[in-house]
Amino acid sequence: MRFGIVVFPGSNCDYDTLHVLKYVFKQEAFFLWHKDHDLKNADCVILPGGFSYGDYLRSGAIARFSPLMQEVKEFSLSGGIVLGICNGFQVLLELGLLPGAMLRNKNLKFLCQNVHLRIETTDTPFTNKGKPGQVLNIPIAHFDGNYYIDGPGLDKIKKNNQILLRYSSAEGHLTKEDNVNGSLDCIAGLVNENRNVLGMMPHPERASETLLGSRDGHIIFDSIIYYIKNDR
Amino acid sequence: MIDDSIIKEHGLTQEEYKRITALIKREPNLTELGIFSLMWSEHCSYKSSKIHLKNYPTSGKNVIQGPGENAGIIDIGNGLAVVFKIESHNHPSFIEPYQGAATGVGGILRDIFTMGARPIATLNSLRFGPLSVPKNKTVMEGVVSGIAGYGNSIGVPTVGGETYFDECYSLNPLVNVFCLGIAKKDKIFYSRAEGIGNPVLYVGSKTGRDGIHGATMASAEFGEDLEQKRPNVQVGDPFKEKLLLEACLEVMEKNLALGIQDMGAAGLTCSTTEMAANSGTGIEIDINLIPQREQGMTPYEIMLSESQERMLIVAQKEKVKQAQSVFAKWDLDAVIIGHVTDTQNLKVKSGDKTVVDLPLRAIINQCPVYNREAKPPAPPAPVIDLNDISFPENYEQAFLQIIKSPGLADKQWIFRQYDHMVQTNTTVLPGADASVLRIKNTNKALAVTLDGNSLYTYVNPRSGGIIAVSEACRNLACVGAKPVGVTNCLNFGNPEKSEIMWQFKEAVHGIAQACKAFQIPVTGGNVSFYNETEGIPIYPTAVLGVVGVIDALDKIMTPEFKAPGDTILLLGENKEELGASEYMNQIHSKKGGPPPEIDLRKEKRVQSLCLKAISKNMIKSAHDLSEGGLAQCLAECCLLGKKRIGCRINLEDKIRTDALLFGETQSRILISLEEDQEDAFKSLAGKRKVPYSIIGKTGGENILIKHLGEKIINIPVQKVYSLWKYSLPGFFKIE
Repeated sequence: MRFGIVVFPGSNCDYDTLHVLKYVFKQEAFFLWHKDHDLKNADCVILPGGFSYGDYLRSGAIARFSPLMQEVKEFSLSGGIVLGICNGFQVLLELGLLPGAMLRNKNLKFLCQNVHLRIETTDTPFTNKGKPGQVLNIPIAHFDGNYYIDGPGLDKIKKNNQILLRYSSAEGHLTKEDNVNGSLDCIAGLVNENRNVLGMMPHPERASETLLGSRDGHIIFDSIIYYIKNDR
Repeated sequence: MIDDSIIKEHGLTQEEYKRITALIKREPNLTELGIFSLMWSEHCSYKSSKIHLKNYPTSGKNVIQGPGENAGIIDIGNGLAVVFKIESHNHPSFIEPYQGAATGVGGILRDIFTMGARPIATLNSLRFGPLSVPKNKTVMEGVVSGIAGYGNSIGVPTVGGETYFDECYSLNPLVNVFCLGIAKKDKIFYSRAEGIGNPVLYVGSKTGRDGIHGATMASAEFGEDLEQKRPNVQVGDPFKEKLLLEACLEVMEKNLALGIQDMGAAGLTCSTTEMAANSGTGIEIDINLIPQREQGMTPYEIMLSESQERMLIVAQKEKVKQAQSVFAKWDLDAVIIGHVTDTQNLKVKSGDKTVVDLPLRAIINQCPVYNREAKPPAPPAPVIDLNDISFPENYEQAFLQIIKSPGLADKQWIFRQYDHMVQTNTTVLPGADASVLRIKNTNKALAVTLDGNSLYTYVNPRSGGIIAVSEACRNLACVGAKPVGVTNCLNFGNPEKSEIMWQFKEAVHGIAQACKAFQIPVTGGNVSFYNETEGIPIYPTAVLGVVGVIDALDKIMTPEFKAPGDTILLLGENKEELGASEYMNQIHSKKGGPPPEIDLRKEKRVQSLCLKAISKNMIKSAHDLSEGGLAQCLAECCLLGKKRIGCRINLEDKIRTDALLFGETQSRILISLEEDQEDAFKSLAGKRKVPYSIIGKTGGENILIKHLGEKIINIPVQKVYSLWKYSLPGFFKIE
């Protein structure tokens, strides 16, 4: 399987994602330079974490104008698998490929820590290897991860079963304390209506090796690999 | 044109000015005077410290680069080298906490990638005044956000460090930033301007008026005019630095540069003069070619500006175009501003007009070196007589008070603002004895720690220096790492005062003595003098940064108890030592000596036993005893990690209970192991002549400590955890 990882000038999880896909999951993985117009025949496109253009304005606001984003948009509209992690999620929101927006974390500080996530649905290319209600331990690292969407928008994503991951306790309960960044409805990750584009704030690439404390990120990557090999 | 007041404004003495005129055989013009004022400042020249720093051991078979370059370099095998250094950004961080700390991170990162290394971690050592004072909270909040803002954006994890509080830092907080990078051994770059006629490239941000006189500011005490100094602080742009980092590494990887130096303190002045002086060449630049952010800047302002995120590169003529195209890919300006000459001079032109023409020798090599008067303070630092110290009425209360004091409480409030995981190497997260980073595609890991107890150094500078090195190495031993190199940041008061110079001299000798004993080279560092405001100096604060190597990824040790029912062992001896302890400070409000004794031979034996036990898979946890003594150490073994296992301890030493619980006797490590490993361990300890005692078992919900059969502490782990965990956040609550 071919994974293309988009490199914006301020991406900083690009190498981490490449490392995990190449050496842990033994997949073909390569960088896609944001100024190019070529997805190099990727099966899955990943927008990695980082600070795409410094994010002095709004996270991801300038990245959406990068030349390659045109191809990413077309790729997603034709059903291609797109995963946005952290800053990648923010870029997907700015691109309009996912609904809603990000606010500053509720405590107005950058947050880097392990969090628990509850899998809300397994009916997606990104979670088919998990179980509904399963709790994952994956770290976050962001300043703007406080997800927001208006009332009708929330009704719609709920109705379509688009919410994939919610911040929870280790036991899978939704509490104010575990919803560390203050996201609306504890939303940590969601897919588009067609279920081929996922944005998630937590970093599965940081939770894919035992040495680093958690392997729960495997669920996400294994699911993608399984989906592309079999279901499509 | 140059009168006495101008000389004084430039931080130069009359004698130094006379020396300049004698060296160049004429009066300097204002720009030239500015250049001398920067390069002869304490910050750049080390004129008061050089004579003592000579005592450091700086060589060794693995040393690739010792002091004198942008950073030190040590060979770690596998064709790789570690590149590391620590720098202070104290003065700017007090004037403007966020930007001061942020640009401190930016500066040290450049020092590392300038040499061809990719930075893989930063750590910081922070000292603030007590958090009961609102201004100190503002400074701390700003500093932490500034470090986070810069490091998180550029994608270099901030993996650890230390934070302490004392009155003496209220008007002089300390921000010391350490950075570690990894380079291929055959791809290391130095500050050189070689090849007559080769072009000099200016890369990165445009030059503005920010930071003019930064190095000079860092070389004087603060007075009441603090607010006016705000414009001297630079403003950081981590995104620009990220571009610079990637572009420079790409240029170096493709061998498109001959020499490279960042423009940090003293900006264009320092980089042009040092690069040429290092190669015995000369350099000529045209001031009009420098990319400028503001209009009407004078040569003086351009040469003295400390605008951030700029690099100077010397490249071969035929490769310049290729190098420029790499910078263009990363949207960076890369402009030819001059060339290398054979004159051994710095010549700065403005079109056809020469504005600076100075011999490099005068600027770099002929700065005066001072052997300043050093004598012990009168009266000497206070000494505590234990006979005058009453026992606490309630040991549990004393224990909890120490646990929740901001210096010893949990620092998660700080660490979670830093992205400490990016680059996916952080194997032991912040909060342990040392931070551990795996080296991808090898079976090795690196361990890093920063350490320095300024109260010890205040009551006895020599002991303070020795203990700082010993404890840093002990921290490494606790995670399973052997030390390979040292860097240090020496924060002191005004060196023109004889008692400050004495503190400095003594501390440096202590550090040198310990480094020689451990056979680890000092590869560089930074001296920050003039940490005084309105005549009141900080405690002498020597911060040691030590890097160690772990040879196998399955030999990484952590401090927390792993399972109930394990045996708890204390390596080393318990003595009746309470001088300069946190207990005296927190419970009796006394700060005085003597500091704990230190015997380097014993220290080495304890550390090597710990390392051996880890390599033989005998033990399950190891934690160093330091501030707060045995009680604090036990608590941390229970609180760190997710399981939060309690312990039952019986102490039999016939010494004061408070000294046993809270004394900070050196050369001690607390370990836990499975019962069936006890005999093997005992025989190993016996062979290595390390005293030890079995003090209890892990398990239960409480921390239970008995002394000579009497129960003195019995508190639920959960209660201790809450106090420890929520102490620091409590000072910064927003609701």
